[in-house]
Amino acid sequence: MSDDKTIIKKLPEHIDRLSEEALSLIDNIVRETGLPIYQDPKTGAPMWLDVRELRLRYVIPVKNIEEFFKGLRNGVVRTTKCKECGTIYFPPQPDCPKCRVRNMEWIDIDGEGELLTWTVINVKPLSFSHLKDYIVGIVRMPQGFNILAWINVDSHEKLAPGMKMRLKVGRRDPEGYITYWFEPI
Amino acid sequence: MKRVAIVGTGIARYGYRTDATLAEIAYEAIKEALDEARIGPEDIDSFVVGNVGSWSSEPLPAVLIGEYAGLVPKNGIRVEAACATGLAATRTAYNMIASGEASIVLVIGVEKMNESTTPQVVELIGRAGNYFWEFQNFGMTFPGYYAMYATSYMKRFGVREEDLCEVAVKNHYYGSMNPKAHFQNRITVEQCMSSRYVAWPLKLYDSSPITDGAAALILASEDIAMKITDSPIWIRGWGYANGTSNLSKRSDYIGLEATRVAAEMLYKKIGVDPKNPAKYFDVANLHDAFTIAELMALSDMGFVKKGEEHIVVREKQTYIGGLIPVNLDGGLKAKGHPIGATGVGMLVELTRQLQQRVERGRQAPIKRGWALAHNVGGTGHYVFTAALSVDKP
Repeated sequence: MSDDKTIIKKLPEHIDRLSEEALSLIDNIVRETGLPIYQDPKTGAPMWLDVRELRLRYVIPVKNIEEFFKGLRNGVVRTTKCKECGTIYFPPQPDCPKCRVRNMEWIDIDGEGELLTWTVINVKPLSFSHLKDYIVGIVRMPQGFNILAWINVDSHEKLAPGMKMRLKVGRRDPEGYITYWFEPI
Repeated sequence: MKRVAIVGTGIARYGYRTDATLAEIAYEAIKEALDEARIGPEDIDSFVVGNVGSWSSEPLPAVLIGEYAGLVPKNGIRVEAACATGLAATRTAYNMIASGEASIVLVIGVEKMNESTTPQVVELIGRAGNYFWEFQNFGMTFPGYYAMYATSYMKRFGVREEDLCEVAVKNHYYGSMNPKAHFQNRITVEQCMSSRYVAWPLKLYDSSPITDGAAALILASEDIAMKITDSPIWIRGWGYANGTSNLSKRSDYIGLEATRVAAEMLYKKIGVDPKNPAKYFDVANLHDAFTIAELMALSDMGFVKKGEEHIVVREKQTYIGGLIPVNLDGGLKAKGHPIGATGVGMLVELTRQLQQRVERGRQAPIKRGWALAHNVGGTGHYVFTAALSVDKP
């Protein structure tokens, strides 16, 4: 974590590096032929390379679940419970569709969960391509809801249905922002 | 409600289509459907375009295709329901006719996935669950979601990876006889087993490919249908349901509840005994985005008991001559899965199966004259089911 660059800067740089070679090749083709048209390596068909890149980075309101993120900063995962009917919602949400009211209290999630299912993400999305294979699981919590998160274990072969899991909170390497994950007990 | 028939079908070759744009590949299917029905764009009241997009460059596909196909100023709209877009678009068109608003409606399913690189497509489909709570921090992928089901199902019922591969072997076998299929090669269980993991326990050969493709249907009201053709195929009914956005909110990971609800709704509407649907249908297309998806659909749709799917597949009961022939066009696995085109392509296939005009080795014997389609969007996020028949409802 000594690097002063965070995920926000590192990821676009990583993605740019992946396409750098191909893009320089196209630049050369434009210089030589006057057009951004190259031959598809598999079929030989002429392909126009889009010269206008679309970069999307969304901004997402979290005002109504701000307690969740305050909780993470204090090392706990919190969620919402309807004061009228007692239903617990995870992920947290400000509205109870059963009672049609906005009257939630925040509860801490704790206790041992039970592993329901899991997978290993071997082929990763572009924006996760800087990471080694990771294990994602769904865990049943004693309060009666499930949580999907990474499972911190060195091999999926050590996992079995029903295995006891504990929820952990912290800064996750190599990205450095606070999130939650499971560890076998 | 008025009766609705399919009176024209068209399908473009599925595959890695660097030779055609979105509009061009759509038109391959449209032209074939118009030719089959012997009508022109001037006869069309409205058109519906099933397209998910985002990996392809054109943001308004319905308008683009309307212009290319000479349909302006006829009204067209885009319909999107993830991988179930095809049946969702067809249902929208069906309702236009059933309500009496239109007489002839053109349905087009089209997807041009290979305008983006594979890592970008993996990114975009991976986001198609609950983006904020599943993707942002945990980088889920589409195979990853189905792999969660595969792990749970395999552990629960003692199913092996080889059992999943049997589904891929069958679908490649039928795909090898379909000249429009993305993959036209047969494979063995050994080949499937030696392919690399994409999301353990699912391997590359358990997965449908990234495909470009298009399919088209012409739907018509009863009076028009009888003028156009003497062998219309009737749409008997629909079932539909949604699942939760968050996979963590599902009740179990051994089947799709949305499929069970959509099956029950359809069977009730058309008078099928939900305990024995195989008695009613000559052929079915079940949504096999991954091998595990076809296995789960077999039980969720009521053909076999939960946990016995792999035994039925091993006994070749899903081949022609078995309990229920499934995915005789190669399915999503071998025919390909051009997202928005998939459901429309299923109905093109089933219409031609019922009319007994597909390639000989993959033609189901048509006895009762009923066929079943099952189209899943996302990982059980949307499910649409439909029944087609030779006889008028």
